[in-house]
Amino acid sequence: MSKIHIPTPLRQYVGKQASVDVPGTTVGEAMNALVAQHPDLRKHLYNEDGKLRAFVNLYVNDEDIRYLQKEATALKDGDNISIVPSIAGGATLRG
Amino acid sequence: MATTTEIPATLNKDEILRYSRHLIMPEVGMEGQQKLKAARVLCIGTGGLGSPLALYLAAAGIGTLGLVDFDVVDYTNLQRQIIHSTADVGRKKLDSAADKLKGLNPFLNLRTFDTRLSSANALELFREFDIIADGTDNFPTRYLVNDACVLTGKPNVYGSIFRFEGQASVFATEDGPCYRCLYPEPPPPGLVPSCAEGGVLGILPGLVGVMQATEVIKLILGIGDPLIGRLLLIDALGMKFRELKLRKNPDCPACGTHPTVTKLIDYEQFCGIRGEEKPVSSGVPEIQVEELKRRLDAKEDLFVLDVREPHEYQICNLGGYLIPLNDLPKRVNELDSSREIVVHCKMGGRSAKAVAFLQQAGFKKVTNVAGGITAWSDRVDPKVPKY
Repeated sequence: MSKIHIPTPLRQYVGKQASVDVPGTTVGEAMNALVAQHPDLRKHLYNEDGKLRAFVNLYVNDEDIRYLQKEATALKDGDNISIVPSIAGGATLRG
Repeated sequence: MATTTEIPATLNKDEILRYSRHLIMPEVGMEGQQKLKAARVLCIGTGGLGSPLALYLAAAGIGTLGLVDFDVVDYTNLQRQIIHSTADVGRKKLDSAADKLKGLNPFLNLRTFDTRLSSANALELFREFDIIADGTDNFPTRYLVNDACVLTGKPNVYGSIFRFEGQASVFATEDGPCYRCLYPEPPPPGLVPSCAEGGVLGILPGLVGVMQATEVIKLILGIGDPLIGRLLLIDALGMKFRELKLRKNPDCPACGTHPTVTKLIDYEQFCGIRGEEKPVSSGVPEIQVEELKRRLDAKEDLFVLDVREPHEYQICNLGGYLIPLNDLPKRVNELDSSREIVVHCKMGGRSAKAVAFLQQAGFKKVTNVAGGITAWSDRVDPKVPKY
């Protein structure tokens, strides 16, 4: 099992949890398990072609998967995956 | 951090006393304090992040502090923008900030720029400073600051906040990564909730802004380990700090080996804001608040649906039936499609999405309340509080 850390803006799509434990031997498998459990999350992380969005980065422990084997990056039991979307910290887009 | 001032700034007797707690530390000392005095730091924005940032930099003895802002102090700013006080509401943030900073440290050379930072003025402005501290609140300015820092070779001391969470780093140093190495592109508008929707814990910009001030001071003094190549994640609820490695991306469009960003661009367009300027509600039928009031008073058969969150409903409501926007798909069966439904939220954005969703779900008689409960408070019933 790996722990996926969910950033604040996306917690509303995972039942307000700060982290979710998922099975998977690669980052891709773990992320698939996550969006299978929480389908509302998918469009916030992936585009229509199923590609990870450019403003979302994934880390295994403290390493960016773009510099590892991307979504094929292997996971060990107890690894921490972080979803790190860009935040602007402000109020330009009105609700 | 090298500055362009060749002759070290000397300190007078009053300054020596003022900075004595710095001077007695070997890591700062007279030489360090003179470096601080010779340094020129530009703060973008005097809001949540800029308030503590500018206050601490002024107190620490930064010689020249630049402030860029065009905004006026709003009552809702006071919950976190501690450089401004209640009496400043309605004043220009620059004037309000200048009073506090000059009061704190009369030796400060304060330069204020009453303008919106733009592609037309950023490069010229940045060239007059050594370090840029980004305290802005929106994606277009984030990318503008980053690109202008890369093009002028100035470090970008970065901080960002959302609700209980913050990020801090130092971008665009000579060998370090830039913001675009981390995020090549901004999110499309509307996909990531904004602070206006999501809110922010008032203390958090204090925490993150002071981290930015710390990094600025370290860069100037050339001490410690700056946050270059590291992204600090701050979780104020868990009070947990995590650190992620950042790498300089050789393919980065701004600072890579073959950069495609060679001049400043239209950042509003880059971030997709231009297309968003038309009301998000365009395309769905709308009702104005005055008309809604008239029809409710006439006891017409209208079903008022409120798609805000329960904690917003507690602040104020129009007695509508509450289903938060995110819950609407699974609770749509609670609605009667034969009745006429008017949908409102805070300002009209979320309710427009709800109307579009209901139309797709086969509802024929759904209308969006233009301007939401805020417009109702402005134009129908001022007793309804605004938030």
